Formats: sequence, structure tokens, C-alpha cells
Amino acid sequence: MTFMHIGKDFTPPDVEGKVTGTARYAEDFRRDGMVFARLLTSPIPSGRVVSIDASEALAMPGVVGIFTADDLPPSAPPANPALAKDFITYVGQPILAVAAESEEIAEAAIERIAIEFERRPFVVDPLDTLVEGGPDPYPMGNTLIREGAAAAAGTTASGTAVGSIKWTRDQIASFRAGRFPTGAPWGEEWAYGDVDANFAQCTTVIEEPFVTIGLPHHSLESRTGMAYWENGKCYFHGSLQSQTVGHAQLARMVDVDPANLVFINENTGGGFGSKIFPYPMMAVTGRFAKALNRPLQLRITRADEFYIGSARSGMQGWIKVGLRDNGRVGAVDIAIIGDAGSGGGASGSSAAEHVSIMYQPEAMRYRGMSLYTNTTPRGAQRGPGQNEMAAVLSPIMDKAGRQAGLDLVELRRINAPGPDALIGPRQGTISSSYYPQAIDQAAELFGWEAKKALPRQISATKVRGIGVGEGYHSAGASGYDGLLRIAPDGKIHLHTGVGNLGTYSYAAVLRAAAETLQCSWENCVIEHGHGENHLPHSTYQGGSNTIFTETRSSHVAALDAIRKMKQIAAADFGGAVDDYSIGGERVFLSSDNSKGYTYAEVAQKAIELGGEYSGQVFAEDLNDTTKRSVQAMQGTGLIAAAKDTLPKTGTTPGFAVAMVEIELDTETGKFDILDYTGIAECGTIIHPKGLRQAMNGGGVWGFGMAAYERHVYDPQNGLPANVGLYQAKPPTYLDVPLHMKSGATDMPDPQSPVGSRGIGEPSQGCAVAALMSAISDALDGHLFNRTPVTADMILNHIAQNDFNTGDLKTNTF
Amino acid sequence: MNPKLTRRRFIKGVIASGAAAASTSLWYSVSGQNRPAGSVERLLSINVNGQVRRVDVSPQETLAHTLRYKLGLTGTKLGCNRGECGSCTVLADDVNIYACSTLTHEVKNKAVLTVEGLRAADGTLHPVQAAFIEELSPQCGFCTSGQIMSAVALLNTNPRPTREEARQALSGNLCRCGAYDHYLNGVMRASGQLS
Repeated sequence: MTFMHIGKDFTPPDVEGKVTGTARYAEDFRRDGMVFARLLTSPIPSGRVVSIDASEALAMPGVVGIFTADDLPPSAPPANPALAKDFITYVGQPILAVAAESEEIAEAAIERIAIEFERRPFVVDPLDTLVEGGPDPYPMGNTLIREGAAAAAGTTASGTAVGSIKWTRDQIASFRAGRFPTGAPWGEEWAYGDVDANFAQCTTVIEEPFVTIGLPHHSLESRTGMAYWENGKCYFHGSLQSQTVGHAQLARMVDVDPANLVFINENTGGGFGSKIFPYPMMAVTGRFAKALNRPLQLRITRADEFYIGSARSGMQGWIKVGLRDNGRVGAVDIAIIGDAGSGGGASGSSAAEHVSIMYQPEAMRYRGMSLYTNTTPRGAQRGPGQNEMAAVLSPIMDKAGRQAGLDLVELRRINAPGPDALIGPRQGTISSSYYPQAIDQAAELFGWEAKKALPRQISATKVRGIGVGEGYHSAGASGYDGLLRIAPDGKIHLHTGVGNLGTYSYAAVLRAAAETLQCSWENCVIEHGHGENHLPHSTYQGGSNTIFTETRSSHVAALDAIRKMKQIAAADFGGAVDDYSIGGERVFLSSDNSKGYTYAEVAQKAIELGGEYSGQVFAEDLNDTTKRSVQAMQGTGLIAAAKDTLPKTGTTPGFAVAMVEIELDTETGKFDILDYTGIAECGTIIHPKGLRQAMNGGGVWGFGMAAYERHVYDPQNGLPANVGLYQAKPPTYLDVPLHMKSGATDMPDPQSPVGSRGIGEPSQGCAVAALMSAISDALDGHLFNRTPVTADMILNHIAQNDFNTGDLKTNTF
Repeated sequence: MNPKLTRRRFIKGVIASGAAAASTSLWYSVSGQNRPAGSVERLLSINVNGQVRRVDVSPQETLAHTLRYKLGLTGTKLGCNRGECGSCTVLADDVNIYACSTLTHEVKNKAVLTVEGLRAADGTLHPVQAAFIEELSPQCGFCTSGQIMSAVALLNTNPRPTREEARQALSGNLCRCGAYDHYLNGVMRASGQLS
């Protein structure tokens, strides 16, 4: 298909502001009379607040107030409270906020607050709480339990509670030794096919333990909120990945009717999953501002961002994989203990689902549990579950492939998910897949066969390794609203409630509407980022979800506009609606194009006609957010608003495959990435430059997970040891290759009007998997069975000192 | 207790967290330096973006604070406020510095250039800015001002750097989105080596 806009580069409207410094983030806003709040955070990993003495702080000149858990609605574990009191569960947990005329005064005031704490036992490694007699992270236990009946009866707010699960010492010892623990209880499990029978038919069977360690998001913009109240309305400058999908939630958090909340968020300084929905501290910002009746800004520090900015959960696991004679994966058995930190959830089932889609085992069983620890709360981080699974799975599959005498790329080809692939415990279908073609494209661009023939030993101290890895994430949903307005001046205002995370997809998806309307992009105006721009109910910006979901809603809004324009034209020029066409920003009689209106003229006509044409009447199935926006714009042009009810079946997948060549220094344990090639399978390319950004940015995240980033806690005191950026170690320019190569299959998904799907998550998964595969290859197939693989681990292995790679401990040093 | 936990390791952990709590029940006063709230400010004249700006500055005030909160130049970002990320990079007499780690009093005799001062008088974008747009270098954009200022500093002294030289020159600027390849493309384009 030939497109006007899809597949072509454009300059998103927010780029110039980013290079000139005029792009404004939440902290860049000021308001007359604004006060500044700072958080006092917990120095202990577990306990409760006995008493707070803030008298000295409150007496300081310039201090205007204190805000504690008593000023918020009560919450019960495992909910992550905005401010803790009865359940302190990690170092760095916010206890209270102080507001003052300046941040300096607020910080000085915090130093004069005395708090009496009662300490409780704590734990930083899930296996240490799982063992019988081990300490629990909460007084009532160590794991999430769901209480659906209680929630339905209204006796618990969230339907969740903290319960307890324990293993015997023998079971723990067995698991730590890399064996499946016989008879151990699990929190969840699923299976399909006859696992044991399929293993019996496999000729290559391997069993391996694995560990992935959690890591902080460390978005570069320390999260900030600024709120003020005027005439009953709350104006909230915040930092979120999403714009409207969290509107109702934020309104509840700050205790205001959604109609009276104006959320402003034109730019977001990174999120990576940690800002998909409103987060607890936003409740403090909005409510503290209301209590003081003054504009209030709450900005957190870099260290606070480590503590409360969310983190990826870790896994301690065991996997058994069987290959048949033909290289097909016959069976997989996998068990995962997920580290949920002090709150949130682990991602074991998502990790197992990754195995099921990428290798299409004929039978599979998953057993897992989510355990709390007294470490930072966990949440979604770029492909949660899938990407850390990809990291440890790749070298394990390599081992199986080598034992079976298969080339590592050929192993992936044999098991690659094609269009008839099935996924997960229910073995559901997918919307489309060209993943086998992506493997071939990557192998050609990378030069797999040629690189395979190169000598492994480069010099006396340098060895070469090549690797391949795969990434997957679901990549699309349906049911959201599209909204646009054609103004009497002919401008086409494309409204989106998608957030601006920096991927530019908020703008790219609107080009689907321009495509359908066959209008010039220059004549379009993007409306986003501010509640008073009248935005529709759009999807969350995350999970590779935006492009598929929002091209659909943009498309249906454009179809609604075309229907209305044709009806107006037919009423004035005669004939049936179907006799009319659009083109050149006109609606006209197909048989006589002199009879018709320009888009500007038809917009004026819509205003005159009123009713559904200019927003006085709208579809009942629209979300309330969209309805409010339509009502606010009524009478200002031709208003088109529609809910996406286009057909959608199966899971919408996003796939990526990567290949990596490294040069590893056997004297230092360090390596350089000589070649990185990533190929996306994300349907039709919607925005080539945006795609490269997604692939390369995800690649860098993959390198970080593979080799650098992890939580480290002092097990004696529960203190985090790598809070800062230089310690947590996101990759720098010097940790990534000098050039990165990327591409895409560029073949359409039939369930998207423009054929496109997202790729933000798989772009990391394929990179970390390929790099882990290459490291293993450079070391003659050695398995570290964990991420990250740091230089000291490599050096210890070369020195035949494997003490630090042989067990399942996590979060510690 | 972890048998491998040494005294040195414990102390490292304590230092990293900035706090220690040692008893079962305790009165705890949050640690940190007791900074004076509202120390005496002095009126300084600072050359910022070619203009002399007069501003009251306290002795311990950082240049980032002055630029952002007193002069309204919010293009300079604070990602860490402790010299780790480079988002606050500005030029002082053509040398790129971290504004979060520089006292404003230290630059009173220097010419400070921020991202807002890069445009030509007629509004034309600086070549680095134009190249960064062309290459779609930024993602979230929070680190972009710092990346640009480091690139400008590089090209002022080395107008045609190699890609490796550019990588080294910008290595003090972290990009959490991982847009390094695109920033380097931007530098190479700005230096006329990429078309």
C-alpha cells in the first residue's frame, strides 16, 4: 500500500523545544506564592513510626506545614502508601513531607524532625524469607494473596492482602543447588500439553537455574509534581508517561471530581514503565497543596528516585528444556520465584509466557510465586518478565542447541513463532507474525555465517564471541477513543490523550488520521499534553502498546469525520452519501468534483447544523473523558469522535531479534561490542526515525541489564549500596557500540488500519539476550545463569574461581 | 547475618544510604549537614548568554540554581544535582562544566553560555541544534541541553572530530533513554561529516 504519511519521517512538534531548552517539564513551572515540599524518608528497612516530633521544624521561619500519613486516606499492605506509618518496608520510604518557602528551608526543617521508630525484622533476598523460620518483610507474611470475595464484599479495598508461604530447609537447599524442589508449594501455576510425555520424546534435555537481579528505572527527571487549586479546580503539573488514561485515578488520589482536574504534562523526562499510571507521591502533592491553599511543588532527589522511582523485579528460577531430534522444543518446565520488593508484583508468568511464544514448546508447565522483600517497590519496567527471561534464556537455549549440534540461529529458525503461533497457558492466537523473516534479515545484515567462521581467539588476551537473542512483548489493544476537530479555518486539530514519553509515538499515531483524511501534515495541529486541550480517552503510553492501539482510534475518528462531511455535502449537493469522495482536503461528488466543500467550508457548515456535526450530540459509548472534551469544544467546528470497535482477535505481538559480536579481554573481564544488529518485527514501519530510536534505545537498555545494572543491598542492615547513577550504572557512551544497526521487516499487521505495531519492549529483550549469548560464546559456552554478568564475574570464571556464580542469591553482594 | 559481611562492606553500605539506624527502638534525627536556612546573599553581575545579569546569590548557591530559579533559564536541567549525569552542562568561557557542581560565585568573571543562548540573533538555530533535530537525537529530551552544550564545546575546539572523539567528549553526559547513537549522528552532522 502507498501511504501519504505512514512510513515517512517527519519532525515531531516537540523536538525543537528539546534542543532549545524551551520544552517545559513539571519542575519548570512556577506559580506566585508557590511553596516547596521535601520528603523525609525512612532510614530503616522495616518497622513503624511510633511518634513524630516536628515542633522544632514547624517553628522555623519559612516553614509552612507538615503532611503525614494521617492526612491521607488509610491504606493497608500490600498497597504502596504515599506516606508510611504503621508499615515501613524499605529504606527510603517516604514518612512525611515538609513545605516551606524554599527547598533549602524545607530540607533544613526535615533535619530538625525527630521520629521514634520501632524496628522489625527484615529480609532482602526472597529465598531468605521463603525458608521456614526466615524473617518476613511484613508482620503478616511475605507474599501477595488475592481476596476476590473480600473485595467484592467491600471488606478490603484492593482485593489483595499479605499472606505467608514457606518452604522446608531441604526444599530451599535443593532450589539453591539448581534442582526443582520436590513437594514445595507455589503461588501460581499453569500448564498446557502433556509435559512429561513430551520430555520423554526429547533427545536433548537440560536443566539450569537462573537469577536476574532487580534494577532501578532511574528516569533522568526526578519525579516532580506541582499543584494548585483555583475555584474548586486542581491544576496539576506532573510527570507521567500517559495523559488521560490515569485521569480518573489521579482525581481520586487528590480527592477531586475528574471534571475539575486539569492535568498538564507536555514533556516527561523518562519513565520506562515507572510512570504509566499515577504514583503515590502525586497524592501528597495535590492534597498538601489543597491543605495549605497554596501552589506547592514536590520534587524528589536523585536518591529518592532510586527509592520510590520503581524498579524491575528480579527472578530466582529453574528451567528444564527438551529438544526433539529435529530441533523443535518439545517441552519446557519452568519455576520462578519473583522478587516483588516491598510492593508491586513480580513477573514470573510473563517471563514464562515469553518462553512459550518465542520457542513454541509443544508442552509447557509454569510454577511461580511472588515474594516481598524489604527493598524498593517494584513495578513495570520495559518488558517486565519477558526481557529478563530473554536475558537468561538465550545462553541456556544456546547450550541445548550446541548439545544437539545445531547452529544457534538455525535453532531459532526451527522454533520461530510464525503467523500460526500460539501463546501462553491458553495457547491463544496472535494477529500476525513475520518473525522468521526477521531472523533471516538480521542474519544477513549482521553477516552471521561470515562471523561464525572467524577465529574465536583474536589475540593472546582477546577472544571473540557472537550471539543471537530474541525479544517479545504484546503490542496493542483496542477500545479507546479517537477525537479530532476540523476548524472553520481548515486546520485539522488532532487530539490525543497519549502521553509524551519521548518516543514520538504520540504524534506518529495521529498520522493515521491524516492518512485517512488524505490531508497534508502541515495543515494538522496536534493537541496534547494539557487537560484544557480537550483530549480523548487514550491508551496508556507503555508496553509497546501505543502504535497499534492509537492508530486504530485515530483512524476511527477520521472515519467519523468523513462520514459527517459526506452527509453534509450530500444534503446540500444531492445524491447519496456514498456518491461522495474526499481528496485535496475537500469532500466532493465523485462524478462531479465541482460540487463539494473544502474542509474549512464543511467545518463552518457543521457549526451551522449543530447536533452531532459540531459536538452537541455524541456517541454514548465514548468514555466520560472524551465526552467532556467533546462538550467543551461543541460549536467550534466539525467534531469527530469515535470509540475503536474495529475487529481484533488474538494477541497483538511485537517481536525483535538481535545479533551481537563482542571482543572480550581475558585479562580484565571487560568487553567491547563490535557489532550490534537489531531487527524489529512490528508490522508496517510508521516512523522510520522513531523506529531507530526505539531499537537503539532498547539496545542500550539491554546492554545495561546484561552487564551493569543491579540492586545491591547490605544484608545485615538492609541498606541499599548503589543509590546513585554512577553506582547503579546505566550505560554511558563508553559502554555501547560506536555504531548501532537496526531495521525492520516492514510487513503489515492486518488488524491495524495502517499495519503497524509497537516495539519499545522487544528492542531491549533482543539486545540483552544477544549480548548474554555472545558473552557465553566468547567463554566456550560457559553459563553464568544470571544477569548482570559483570567484569569481575568474567574474570573469576577465567581464573577458575566460580564462587560468585554458583548460587541463587540476589540483591546482595 | 551474612558470614561474608565485613566491617568494610558494612561501612560502604552505610555511606551509600547516607543513614544508619542501629537499635530496636530509637529516636532518630535525620542525618545530614545542618545548612543555614537563608544565609546572606550578595549582588553579583554575571555574564550569561552575552548579557550582564544582576542577581542576588548566596555563598553556597550553585550555578544551576541561579540559572534555573533566579534567571528563569530552565533549559539547564537537574538530573542528579550531584555531578553524575551532565544534564546541567553549560559553558563557562567555552569550557563545558556541570552547573550543579559549580558555585555561582566561581563564574562571576566568566562568560556563561546556556542552551538558551545558542540561537543566532536572527533566531537561526545553532548547527548542533539543527543537526539534533535532523537526526531526531533527543528522546525524552531531559538530557538534551547538556548533550548539546558538550557537543558545542567539542566543536569549538575540534570542528571535525572523529566519532570516537565525539563519544569521548560527550561521555560525561548520561542519556537514560539510550539515544547515544543518535546524539553522535547529530554531532557528526553538525560538523559537516554526515549528509
